[in-house]
Amino acid sequence: MAVADAQKKSSRADTAAPETDTAAAVPPLTQEQELSAYRQMLLIRRFEEKAGQMYGMGLIGGFCHLYIGQEAVVVGMQMTLKDGDEVITGYRDHGHMLACGMDPKGVMAELTGRQHGYSKGKGGSMHMFSVEKGFFGGHGIVGAQVPLGTGLAFANKYRGSDNVSVTYFGDGAANQGQVYESFNMAKLWMLPVIYVIENNQYGMGTSVARASATTHLYMRGRAHDIPGEHVDGMDVRAVKAAGEKAVKWCREGNGPIILEMLTYRYRGHSMSDPAKYRTREEVEKVRTEHDPIEQVRARLLSNKWASEDDLKKIDAAVRATVNEAAEFATHDPEPDPAELWTDVVR
Amino acid sequence: MAELTYRDAVARGIAQEMARDPDVIFFGEDVAKPGGVFKATVGLYEQFGPKRVRDTPISEQAIMGAAMGAAMTGLKPIAEIMFSDFFAVCFDYIANEFPKSRYMSNGQLKCPLVVRTGNGAGSRFGAQHSQSVENWCMMIPGLKVVAPSNPRDVIGLMAAAVRDPDPVIFFEHKSLYPVKGEVPDGEIVDTLGTAAIVRPGKDASILALALMVPRALEAAERLKAEHGIDCEVIDVRSLVPLDTQTILGSIARTHRVFTVEENPRLCGWGAEIVSIIADEAFYDLDGPPVRITTPHIPLPAADVLEDAVLPTVQRITETVRRSLQS
Ligand SMILES: Cc1ncc(C[n+]2csc(CCOP(=O)(O)OP(=O)(O)O)c2C)c(N)n1
Ligand SMILES: [Mg+2]
Repeated sequence: MAVADAQKKSSRADTAAPETDTAAAVPPLTQEQELSAYRQMLLIRRFEEKAGQMYGMGLIGGFCHLYIGQEAVVVGMQMTLKDGDEVITGYRDHGHMLACGMDPKGVMAELTGRQHGYSKGKGGSMHMFSVEKGFFGGHGIVGAQVPLGTGLAFANKYRGSDNVSVTYFGDGAANQGQVYESFNMAKLWMLPVIYVIENNQYGMGTSVARASATTHLYMRGRAHDIPGEHVDGMDVRAVKAAGEKAVKWCREGNGPIILEMLTYRYRGHSMSDPAKYRTREEVEKVRTEHDPIEQVRARLLSNKWASEDDLKKIDAAVRATVNEAAEFATHDPEPDPAELWTDVVR
Repeated sequence: MAELTYRDAVARGIAQEMARDPDVIFFGEDVAKPGGVFKATVGLYEQFGPKRVRDTPISEQAIMGAAMGAAMTGLKPIAEIMFSDFFAVCFDYIANEFPKSRYMSNGQLKCPLVVRTGNGAGSRFGAQHSQSVENWCMMIPGLKVVAPSNPRDVIGLMAAAVRDPDPVIFFEHKSLYPVKGEVPDGEIVDTLGTAAIVRPGKDASILALALMVPRALEAAERLKAEHGIDCEVIDVRSLVPLDTQTILGSIARTHRVFTVEENPRLCGWGAEIVSIIADEAFYDLDGPPVRITTPHIPLPAADVLEDAVLPTVQRITETVRRSLQS
């Protein structure tokens, strides 16, 4: 795949063969699973497109980091989880929240800074939470979620549950020191945490190769004896297969594991980034050859598991959900200034 | 004279120092090729090349520590921490290493570095990207702390910071980057530890920093026009060293003092200054010192909420008027 090729080209001394290559044989999904993945990814895609439009219209302010292009990662992983498993990530979090089953209305209303946003306007795009849905944020400080996700896993083990913590972070975040402190502690204490590195090839305007001495990030746990796997993060089947193995590994008490998802963000880092550090062709190539949603769509059609008409219906339903969220987030009242003084530590 | 934005002044200030001293190097996240996330360092990479102007990984501890390591040998690094909130990620260097090296080594180790950072609110970035943390640095013995409010001061104080033999934390205000100001041609070198009286007046002294300076000035104009109250506005500019002479001199003339602070209320820089005033100028005062601050809560993201917490022209005007007329 293109992103993997790009990465191989850019890698330097770290030419060692991957420990496992899931691209070899990708286990198929059932019809039902394909349809569900399609719906979920499309919801994220359309939600993010709408958020981008609303940002352009001035309805959303501050930061807004879109997840477009990376949908297969979070959707595939979520298919492997059960109740009580925890998810935590950074600021590119809208997709994770939707995949966790959080209400698109509440997420969008937080983006517009309204009263019924998940954080009543106090959090914004980067900081939302739903303990009920197992989503622990939504963190603005790059890498901060990695020790936090390790702690979620600690709590699972402490309580004797077999729940796992799925801790997402980016290729850029992988160069933060606390990541390695977490790896060591997680292995030392055999904590059930899946570190999912979403390698979308860039940290802001800096490519992986310009920021990382070794670019195979799934090998970053080797010094701590943490297994790692690199996964085609544009193929929801591959993500799910790798996720299932990782979840099993963790639930059975084998300690932490790393999944490096090779993926790609189509949009700029945030809404204010014109992304001049890469070519239009580079983006177009991934879009046309590896789009995660198009892949599922093509399979659904060729397997005759859905007709064009069926897919149109799904699309219409997803659009309706997103429009409803946008409508809600546009007309929901602004928070009362008294909200400034709720949930304050005194 | 040229009109320059605060943002462009940053690049000009750094360029001025890099051009005269090959020991000055500059690095940070996305500062070189991309020209900085706030576009404040555009052109430096092209002008000075990849040896002296570098993009770093997202590794704040290594950025700070490596800057100090290089500084211990006499290089003069300027290192960027993109948002001042991220000081918390690498605070060991700011609190334990930079400020203590000279003292603990009997003066063998110097730490001639500058950390520049985007500080302050106004962009709806929420609790982890909007803080004013100048007070975090002011409280540590061994650091110098400046926060310019206009393009000319950015260049002059940058030069002073780079040429200073000790660590200087240089707070740029994110909301000031697009603001324009007149800047003289040629080299500009200012002096650390000097405040500026930006508007003379006789009825009260208003002390402000960074984004709060233009707000205090506007409030002073309103107070004069609408209430006949004539305020002196002082741009504190440098928290460490602090220009107590200018501040106390002003209070000796006006007999009233107000601070306008963006940092949260508890332990804000104004609290320290008010304590100095209580010590040194108590009998000059005709009324209690008044601090106008952001409340002691995390910063919200929503525009209406963010606007409700920062000191505004309206709040400054009203507070001064009420205090003086009561
Ligand atoms: C400690 C810290 N340093 C820097 C930043 C600024 N920043 C925000 S996102 C980002 C890039 C992160 O890249 P990556 O981890 O690859 O995630 P992606 O944005 O690609 O999802 C940077 C440098 C931050 N928020 N926190
Ligand atoms: Mg990335």
